[in-house]
Amino acid sequence: MNFELLIQLIINGLIVGLLYGVVGMCFVLVYKSTQIVNFAQGEFLLVGAWVCWSVLIYLELPFIVGFLLTMAFMAAFGILIQMIVLRPMIGEPIISVIMVTIGLSIFFQALMKWIFGVSAQSYPRVFDAQSIQIFGLNIESAYLMSTVIALIIMVAFYLFFKHSKYGLAMRATAFNQQIAQSLGISVKQVFAMSWGIAATVSATAGIVIGMVNGVSSSLSMMGIKVFPAVILGGLDSIVGAIVGGLTIGVLENLAEFFDSQYLHVGNMYDIAPFYVLLIILWFKPYGLFGTKDIERI
Amino acid sequence: MSSLTMRPCGDFRTSYKQDNTIYETKTIRNVAIIAIALLCCAPFLVDAYFLTLFIQISYLGIAALGLNILVGYTGQISLGHGAFFGFGAFASAWLNMSFGIPVLLCIPIAGFLTMLVGMLFGLPASRIKGLYLAIATLAAQFILEDFFARAQWFTGGSAGSSADPVSIFGFVFNTDRSFFYIALFALVFMYIWGCNLMRSREGRAFIAVRDHYLSAEIMGIKLNKYRLLSFGVSSFYAGIGGALYAHYLGYVSAEGFTLFMSIQFLAMIIIGGLGSIKGTLMGVVFMVFLPEVLESGVGLMKMTDWGNIPMVVDGLAYIKEMAIGLVIILFLIFEPEGMAHRWAQIKNYWKFYPFSY
Repeated sequence: MNFELLIQLIINGLIVGLLYGVVGMCFVLVYKSTQIVNFAQGEFLLVGAWVCWSVLIYLELPFIVGFLLTMAFMAAFGILIQMIVLRPMIGEPIISVIMVTIGLSIFFQALMKWIFGVSAQSYPRVFDAQSIQIFGLNIESAYLMSTVIALIIMVAFYLFFKHSKYGLAMRATAFNQQIAQSLGISVKQVFAMSWGIAATVSATAGIVIGMVNGVSSSLSMMGIKVFPAVILGGLDSIVGAIVGGLTIGVLENLAEFFDSQYLHVGNMYDIAPFYVLLIILWFKPYGLFGTKDIERI
Repeated sequence: MSSLTMRPCGDFRTSYKQDNTIYETKTIRNVAIIAIALLCCAPFLVDAYFLTLFIQISYLGIAALGLNILVGYTGQISLGHGAFFGFGAFASAWLNMSFGIPVLLCIPIAGFLTMLVGMLFGLPASRIKGLYLAIATLAAQFILEDFFARAQWFTGGSAGSSADPVSIFGFVFNTDRSFFYIALFALVFMYIWGCNLMRSREGRAFIAVRDHYLSAEIMGIKLNKYRLLSFGVSSFYAGIGGALYAHYLGYVSAEGFTLFMSIQFLAMIIIGGLGSIKGTLMGVVFMVFLPEVLESGVGLMKMTDWGNIPMVVDGLAYIKEMAIGLVIILFLIFEPEGMAHRWAQIKNYWKFYPFSY
């Protein structure tokens, strides 16, 4: 038993898990306020990372300026997608809505591959030190930054929903769209806003991952891997998304560890979350924190 | 009225049998028979290129019909159909190679094996629905893909596995021209079977589950049973389609059966029309021809001076993918009921012409 490796993997799992949590939060945000399961979440990460990369490389702007430009672009992008593609789908059956987001995901994935190619590109160096030693453990500075950013995003989410007028409007819409509308809340605006926020925040996660692993089309897998996390936490619980994200992040690293040490079957890192997903759906379909769907006749 | 050769303007059915018939008039039945007879002559008339396209349409069409029974008729969602299709292909090749079972038997057995696997993954389906189910089948897709890459004994690993061509009494169907008949027979057989299934008690139960599952349950339809059954039937179709694919190509490799394939199957039935057997076939034809049309379009552009843009010519593969995504979105926004609906509208327009209101 290699304890050092185990602890390192668990730390990595927690850091990646936080990112899963952030992306999962966006997913839950969109699901809660608009009742749409967004299969194109991964493409938000991808588009955001590529846009930021091209701004940094071609315009040679400092990182922080490029980052803010990307955020502005992604907010507009998310709102436009909602307005053009998803607004006509209001009231359509769930399969149509799911398929539209799948269509979006295929379209943007192919578009990004077409424009930027399939090979991974690395970001220009942002930090002086590649990795930092904390308690004898190697932690990449980008990861440290990602943890800080993820925590900031989480706190910001909390403050936004608890203490701002728009957050209240979004919570009201999530509770009941008709009642919210009759109270004078613009549901249209809320829908657009939630897509804008989801796109922006996902793009942040995309940029962070891109800084560590380089940008490539495999980033969009993140959008699929977030499903186990979200289902584990319960589809409509923001806290659940964070807990689920951390759990899945640690779990896939543990699976990797046991696989490399004892089992030697390979590929456990990618596939273990999906086994967990199936098991959760078997025994606890509404997750740990999700609201149970009770139907009365 | 059923003896009429033309379809009447209105509903004049007087018996349940008339309401339930596959061919509404004798003309329609005769046209269908003549069309199949004409198709039988096709190998001697058309290009080999169109034959391969037809064979492609037939095995994809069979699998897509299965998905339409699940999605369009029972109202369940599956994102793992491509993996089931692949399982059918591998199962048939495996049965054929490891046990020496004749290919003609392999195909239905592979169908049944796929059915079992589909029902295994469909088991949670009896408890969950909607998007939870979509995500469960997504997990099935990845788990099966992983299984294909891992199970050397079953799939031959990364090298892939080979499959014998179909043979009956020593006659080997190993050319496009001869396999065309196998494909045509399988297509017609499976589609007629699908039509009949939808006329039976089970088919009506599927539709009831889709339309309002609570009402269906109150009327005594066991939800669990029919949801699971629908999963089984759908995977069976996928398995048959996959097995035909394996024995047509003679070689199966694990790369092809990705999530993208599952999405393509979904795109076919959405473009064709959910809950329409005729529409399924239209959607499959559309999706098979779409990349071909794009390819020849780019080919034409390449020959002109202004159109020879390297970005477009080199990016053809991505343009094809983008077109699939775009077509899904456009159909869902502008024609959510698919081509079958549009076809019915066009027919009605001419039926009532010039009084089309």
